[in-house]
Amino acid sequence: MRAPLSWIQEFVDIPATVSADQISDGLIRVGFEVEEIIYQGADLTGPLKFAKVLSIEEITEFKKPIRFVGLDCAEEQTRYVICGATNFAVGDVVVAALPGAVLPGNFAIAARETYGKTSNGMICSARELGISDEHAGIMVFAENEVVIGEDAIAGLQINDVIFDVAVNPDRGYALSIRGIAREVAGALGLTFNDPVDKLRDLKFDEIGEGVSAKIADDSTASVFYLRTLTNFDQKASTPIWMRRRIEKMGMRSISLVVDVTNYVMLELGQPLHAFDKSKIKGGLTVKRADKAQEFITLDGQTRMLHPEDLVVCDDEQPLALAGTMGGLFSEITDSTTDIALEAVRFDPMCIAKNSRRHKLSSEASRRLERSVDPSLAQFASARFVQLLTAHSSAKYVATSVDGEPVYAPLVTIDPTYISRILGFEVAPEKIAEILRTIGCDVDESSFTIDPPSWRSDLLTAADFAEEVARMIGYDKIPSILPPRPKHASLTSVQKRRRAIASMLAGRGLAEVQTFPFTNQATIDSMGFVGERAATYEIANPMSEEFPLMRVHLVPGLIEVAARNISRGAKDFAIFEMGSIFRSSQKLVASISPDLKSRPSAKQIEEIFASVPPQAYHVAGLLVGKIENENWQGKARSYSWQDAIEYAEDILSLCNLSWSIKRSDFAPWHPGRCAELIVDGKAVAHAGELHPRIIEKYGLPERSVAFAVGLSALPESPLVRPSRVGTMPAALQDVALIVDQSVAAADLEAALREGAGDLLESITLFDRYDKIGDGKVSLAFTLVFRAEDRTLTGEEVSAMREAATDLAGKKFGAVVRTA
Amino acid sequence: MRQEEVMGWVNEARTAFTAATELDELKAARLAHAGDKSPIALASRTLGSLSPEEKASFGKIIGDAKAHIAQALSEATHRLEAERDKKVLLEEVVDITLPVNRRHRGGLHPISIIKNEVSDFFIEQGYSVEEGPELESGWLNFDALNIPADHPARTMQDTFFIEPIESGMVLRTHTSPVQIRSMLTQTPPIYVICPGRTFRADELDSTHSPVFHQVEGLVIDKGITMAHLKGTLDNFARHMFGADVTTRLRPSFFPFTEPSAEVDIFFNNRWIEWGGCGMVNPKVLATCGIDTDVYSGFAFGMGLERTLMVRHGITDMHDIVEGDLRFTRQFGVGL
Repeated sequence: MRAPLSWIQEFVDIPATVSADQISDGLIRVGFEVEEIIYQGADLTGPLKFAKVLSIEEITEFKKPIRFVGLDCAEEQTRYVICGATNFAVGDVVVAALPGAVLPGNFAIAARETYGKTSNGMICSARELGISDEHAGIMVFAENEVVIGEDAIAGLQINDVIFDVAVNPDRGYALSIRGIAREVAGALGLTFNDPVDKLRDLKFDEIGEGVSAKIADDSTASVFYLRTLTNFDQKASTPIWMRRRIEKMGMRSISLVVDVTNYVMLELGQPLHAFDKSKIKGGLTVKRADKAQEFITLDGQTRMLHPEDLVVCDDEQPLALAGTMGGLFSEITDSTTDIALEAVRFDPMCIAKNSRRHKLSSEASRRLERSVDPSLAQFASARFVQLLTAHSSAKYVATSVDGEPVYAPLVTIDPTYISRILGFEVAPEKIAEILRTIGCDVDESSFTIDPPSWRSDLLTAADFAEEVARMIGYDKIPSILPPRPKHASLTSVQKRRRAIASMLAGRGLAEVQTFPFTNQATIDSMGFVGERAATYEIANPMSEEFPLMRVHLVPGLIEVAARNISRGAKDFAIFEMGSIFRSSQKLVASISPDLKSRPSAKQIEEIFASVPPQAYHVAGLLVGKIENENWQGKARSYSWQDAIEYAEDILSLCNLSWSIKRSDFAPWHPGRCAELIVDGKAVAHAGELHPRIIEKYGLPERSVAFAVGLSALPESPLVRPSRVGTMPAALQDVALIVDQSVAAADLEAALREGAGDLLESITLFDRYDKIGDGKVSLAFTLVFRAEDRTLTGEEVSAMREAATDLAGKKFGAVVRTA
Repeated sequence: MRQEEVMGWVNEARTAFTAATELDELKAARLAHAGDKSPIALASRTLGSLSPEEKASFGKIIGDAKAHIAQALSEATHRLEAERDKKVLLEEVVDITLPVNRRHRGGLHPISIIKNEVSDFFIEQGYSVEEGPELESGWLNFDALNIPADHPARTMQDTFFIEPIESGMVLRTHTSPVQIRSMLTQTPPIYVICPGRTFRADELDSTHSPVFHQVEGLVIDKGITMAHLKGTLDNFARHMFGADVTTRLRPSFFPFTEPSAEVDIFFNNRWIEWGGCGMVNPKVLATCGIDTDVYSGFAFGMGLERTLMVRHGITDMHDIVEGDLRFTRQFGVGL
């Protein structure tokens, strides 16, 4: 919302000593963010004069039309200038910048030779003067509007300060000069002269019968003023001061009738709509569209009305999309003589819905959906009549009214609540004084407050607390820390996540965070199927490229890896932690318990249960060499073992024990993927990525990845350490020949089981696969130790044999002899 | 054999040891002056044939002399070994300035780092860290926060809705539903912060991202006032931006707080919008079943990306979301 200082000053006497910055600071203090202060005319120097066009010589030998124009600037001689615009004729008045003038952008005007002529100045467009974005042509005036030869900087009231103010959605009243001026007065402690006060007793003589107004359903609108006027002459033009104010507000001047509706809206905040009365059959009614039907709005667009849309109809058809945009059929045209002027206090929600359904946000709808002062339908429409009859031949005919303003209810508050919430003492008298400043009536004995007509947002004690705080100034609130009654720490799950991230970061993996979106093609290319491929769809995704929620972390890591590779990285390791979104349950319409009190325990449970579980995972991707290659030497590539080791490290960091088996899980290589199982549940997968995926995404050959489902991990058990034995250990090496299909983990488990309780550790120290015949040799070191004695050779041999016997029995393992 | 004679051997030995410049020379001197054939060793062997009286007096002389010789030998040995070490180890010198960047450098994402930092700061003050689902119920994300059905934040432009739309499920637009969850599951006093990932349908550009992070704080206790809010934010701002930072509250509007404010910080010589805050709207407290006659509370929230960008002078959001290792590695683990 823009607000020119010159307009604000009409309602507030601001002393000359108050600077624009002080006004801006005041507005910010009371809750109106000033996004920009525009010093219009600050970068413009004259001479700038109104000039009458005496002659036009068209110069045609150039690519674009060029005019050599003779101007009367009230000088002794005709001044000639070159002009590229063509939207003017002999007899029109234009604005000429004379040599010596400097236009915005430090554009100095001087006499110059161009197009074979001498140009002694420049005819200006509004944009060249920095007063509007309008650049369709130069500014044109009628001779009776201005004085030829007079200073146009003053004549066009160019020098002004314009505040661009951000208005919060609860303060619709401030989308008007009336509202902003009131806040400026309140912030600076100045007197506010309400423009509405001058309109309260405005009376017009009726000279006939007007169009009738009706509200079909009083839940959609409370009051409808319809003013009828006649004898309007289209020749009437908008006075320069009004046109300039409209332009300073960032709007365009269109025609007198439209300009006056806009002017009154900007001044008071009440949107108005003018109909060509000759197009109206019967009376006007505010009602629902009731059926889907086509409707052409002012902007020429054909829209399909929704039965719930609120419209303004005559006896035959909708003429306006209520509070949002008028219809093309009944718009004011060059031949309009009779006017019906609508001012309605619509229900904000109805207008918000109109606007959203048609994706049509207008100056009117923006105000009406934020709630407009219900008293304004009467006064703003009267202001329209006052202005239009003053600046044209229009005559007032009559007014039709339906409904009456509905005001916010009286509110009784406990004034001590305000001090209790704000944290400092505010005396009841001070509260009353402040509330009066913002327009409330206050009965101090009962502290019953009658909020002003424009403040439908003041309903509760908390609302008044904010008003009191902002008028006193938030900077007056003391700064103290709350009591700290609680001890807190991270939960074990949070600690675990941090420890894992720190471990991975400390071991050379860089953490990344990717958007949790994906698409079907990615899911398919990864090879995810069944419940691992099922996910949730975003109804309105950023792009059709990523309409689904991710089901796995690895695809995002692959994308980041590919990006890093494309930027020159070769050997690196990355990881991500975050939620994945497998569609484990069908989403159904959720319950919406009443908001006035706490939902029942059952309802709360139902709401929580309606939200599907979103598993938290950690995954890593390792590409290229395990170390940087440099003068220290070559490095080996990451291999499937590294991925598995990271997955195992995560589990062992959490003090969990696991078993391991080969898996053909996507997106891994079906022969090179390990599945780690904790408490019977597969919690992690690791290994080499599927070669198809590696190729598709251009990753280095044999890139590897791991993924651990952290949500699936049980709590870490309390550690119960075994005693550290101090008796001597006995080492036994065994080499076993088995079929290649026998998993090392299974063979090791068999040895462990066979060896018995005195086995302290077992280590695979060699693997030899060149024996042929589909056989492989696995060599283990078994360490035995008893707590209470030195083991004898016989004991140790017996345990070793028991171990190899069981391995032989279970897997056909044969002890290899040298 | 006289005592003088023995003292002479000691002096000869000492002189020979001191004169040695190599360990080999010292070895020869040791053999000569302390070896089996040395005068002192030979003299010592004659002790057995002496009378008890002579044995006692001469034994002591020999013993003292041996000790002196051993002492001198030890000193010389240390001296020559130190000299040798110095010389030999010098020959093994390496260029320890050679680059030793063999291992990949890892690190945490800066958003994780700042999330941890904020969490630790508030944990120390008795706040627990609450989390909630990113795909969230619309009732918790909007209704319970007093954001009515036609509030602009609920329209298609800002919120990602999940199919079927009738389910009301959304990608949470803020971490505020975690506040509601906390109030529905805990009893006051409640001191929580809610860091987490949030979603708004904004195009990715240099300052916006459709996926970003917030941290929100919520305190519900007896006698909580806006002064407590201000004190908490002042403290928080100083922790994040340094002791010199100043804050400013500006009146604002949020459906879930009343009074509401924007919190600005004065940092690097300009006012920067940092986040939103306010006293929890009594309507929200009522929805969560908190007795507004007994309890009041405040809430605040800020963007972690924004905090990070302001504090570290990051000018482009792309650097934070793209996962380029050259960016992330600069942060280490944030210590």
